[in-house]
Amino acid sequence: MAVIQDVHGHSHDHPTGIMRWITTTNHKDIGTLYLCFSLTMLFVGGFLAMGIRAELFMPGIQILEPELFNSFTTLHGLIMVFGAIMPAFVGFANWQVPMMIGAPDMAFARMNNWSFWLLPVAGLLLITSFFVPGGAAAGGWTFYPPLSTQGGLGVDMMIFAIHILGASSIMGAINIITTILNMRAPGMTLMKMPMFIWTWLITAYLLVLVMPVLAGTVTMLLTDRHFGTSFFNAAGGGDPVLFQHIFWFFGHPEVYIMILPAFGIVSEIIPTFSRKPLFGYSSMVYATASIAILSCIVWAHHMFTAGMPAVGQLFFMYATMLIAVPTGVKVFNWTATMWRGAMTFEVPMLFSIGFIFLFVIGGFSGVVCAIVPIDIQVQDTYYVIAHFHYVLVSGALFALFAGAYYWLPKWTGRMYDEKLGQWHFWLSMIFFNVTFFVQHFLGLAGMPRRIPDYALQFADFNMISSIGAFGFGLSQLLFVYIIVKCVRSGEKAADNPWEGSTTLEWTHLPSPAPYHSFETPPVIK
Amino acid sequence: MSSKLMAVLTGIMVLVFYSGAAVSSKYNFPEPQSTIAQQIYDQHIMALWICLAIFVAVFGVMGYSMLKHRKSVGHKAANFHHSTMVEVIWTTIPVLILIGMAWPATKTVIAMKDTSESDITIKATGYQWMWGYDYLQGEGEGISFYSQLATTQDEIRNQAPKGENYLLEVDNRVVVPVGKKIRILMTANDVLHAWWVPALGVKQDAIPGFIRDSWFTADNPGVYRGQCAELCGKEHGFMPIVVEVVEQEKYSQWVAEKQKASAAIVNTALAETAEDQPSKN
Repeated sequence: MAVIQDVHGHSHDHPTGIMRWITTTNHKDIGTLYLCFSLTMLFVGGFLAMGIRAELFMPGIQILEPELFNSFTTLHGLIMVFGAIMPAFVGFANWQVPMMIGAPDMAFARMNNWSFWLLPVAGLLLITSFFVPGGAAAGGWTFYPPLSTQGGLGVDMMIFAIHILGASSIMGAINIITTILNMRAPGMTLMKMPMFIWTWLITAYLLVLVMPVLAGTVTMLLTDRHFGTSFFNAAGGGDPVLFQHIFWFFGHPEVYIMILPAFGIVSEIIPTFSRKPLFGYSSMVYATASIAILSCIVWAHHMFTAGMPAVGQLFFMYATMLIAVPTGVKVFNWTATMWRGAMTFEVPMLFSIGFIFLFVIGGFSGVVCAIVPIDIQVQDTYYVIAHFHYVLVSGALFALFAGAYYWLPKWTGRMYDEKLGQWHFWLSMIFFNVTFFVQHFLGLAGMPRRIPDYALQFADFNMISSIGAFGFGLSQLLFVYIIVKCVRSGEKAADNPWEGSTTLEWTHLPSPAPYHSFETPPVIK
Repeated sequence: MSSKLMAVLTGIMVLVFYSGAAVSSKYNFPEPQSTIAQQIYDQHIMALWICLAIFVAVFGVMGYSMLKHRKSVGHKAANFHHSTMVEVIWTTIPVLILIGMAWPATKTVIAMKDTSESDITIKATGYQWMWGYDYLQGEGEGISFYSQLATTQDEIRNQAPKGENYLLEVDNRVVVPVGKKIRILMTANDVLHAWWVPALGVKQDAIPGFIRDSWFTADNPGVYRGQCAELCGKEHGFMPIVVEVVEQEKYSQWVAEKQKASAAIVNTALAETAEDQPSKN
């Protein structure tokens, strides 16, 4: 114990300036790095989205040539999923897990540093692939072969980037699992952990399970491209559909990797601002676990049009529809938490309610997509685009905004501007729906996804969608301004600025939280 | 928000969904032209209504709570946090609703897979970037042609006004007779493509090296348009599918013309090869 104390004593005179950030092993510094990186990537991916919507503003080819357009959609997807949403949640885990379980830091401090610093390398690989001969990967973020065996150097850079991102995620996940299982304060049994910790524990297990599968499939793709293997090439005895099975065995749990921590954040915020404990805590835990388990047996619902036996289609349809049950339980529990509370509607609560409202719409369109005959029509159309943006933007991203506003006072010791935050919420809410609601209609009416130009009957909804997208993109600049203003000149925050919050970081730590959260663990009754 | 306003909003939403169903094409699936497409259409409308009902119920409760149980109107927080009975109820009811939705879908899936006893079999091959069609069996056997986008580059590049069927017209349409069971075999030459005609309720990936199949029986004569639905490279948005459904007599006429034309081509080719290189077929 004395040795450990000594190490801690030394690390207090940590380097300053840029070296502080490069060499840091502190969970808060690393959390900040993760969050800054993901915000940057959000704007890079957002820029690509603006390009896509600008091209689709009117029929005809105006701004982006078809090949470049395909690169934009491909990199938009990859950067948003692997660069923006996933690292943002890991950033939240870094900041919050030690503070919420009463630990001083993460379990593997150096690995934590390494898992972050892999990310900028992968991000740069993805971005610079636009400038190599042949351009960036253009086979969609799902990079199905044989199309992805056709591309040039950009595809190899993408494969390499995915390997690095995967390694980073696995290390992050191992760190989170170890921290949660070993470093909880005395008395904090598993069933007393905050929901955010539970959701991240389950998410981390999913990451450890599926990221190696992704690594495997991109490696097979790489050897198909350069070393003469034929895993996915029918002419050599392979099968292009094999890739889809392996990819979606990773890809579907991946969807829940991006949404379970969002459930966790919302499950912290709703009780706080309802001033009432979370309704059905244990059923929330079980629902999260059931979603995670079910998510591993539904992958082929992404492939209903690939062609599979009726029995296969039916199995994956039933399993997928079943996910609606634990997800519904979560929504009902949140509603019951709000019921007969004493609610106030600060920005974190607004974003959480916006999350539930829009995530439920995304959930409904998910059930619609699960029904095989309907999916045969909407597969690979804008309906699917609308569906997954409802669960990933107004789902994951809104929960991230909610969490950021909720914990900014603890992180910075200062309050954000409530009025501007509300503006940010309402602008995001309105422009989001303008952008994506009409895409349901586009998909139903028959507009395929990933096309740079479209038939004339789709023109007006595309224009509406593009206007919404520009508005949504601009609104996010306000978020950056609010954060900068909060950090620089926000009012001093109280140790517990929210009346109703009950987790350790609010009840036991000052604002801003000290560099080492808990040097002596608190005792949980 | 007053409850009156809520009622008005709900009314508007119902109207939007209803008119969406009525107006068709722009807000909803195109008018179904086959039994399967009709079943898909009906199941989608049913799913919409169920979702709408659940949506109104859940957010009705949440909205009421947000109005009445707020601190600013002086509501004091209760402290209940658990009820096994309630959890069981709201787990069971969704299961029953889902079974109700899955039942008709199951029947349709089985029907969709039944490609047996077709009248005509056509193979559709995806190429970067056009479709090739071979009539393999039934009336018209032996007909074979490519089908390419008919929209001009000038229209796409905004140099000329865009025509009515911009991006949805081809040089050679797939012609089939009305009321006959048409089996389509899909495959591809290079990368993945997908053969999709929404009004007929058919979408199936075309996979190089493998053959998949699907079927439709068109109810009415007409021209039905679709597009490639699996990203296949830069011209992915420019390889439409156009199916022309005609009366039986007109179909026989088309078959006769096609066969005469291809016979003429074969004859000319044969004549030429006979003159030039007798050994090379």
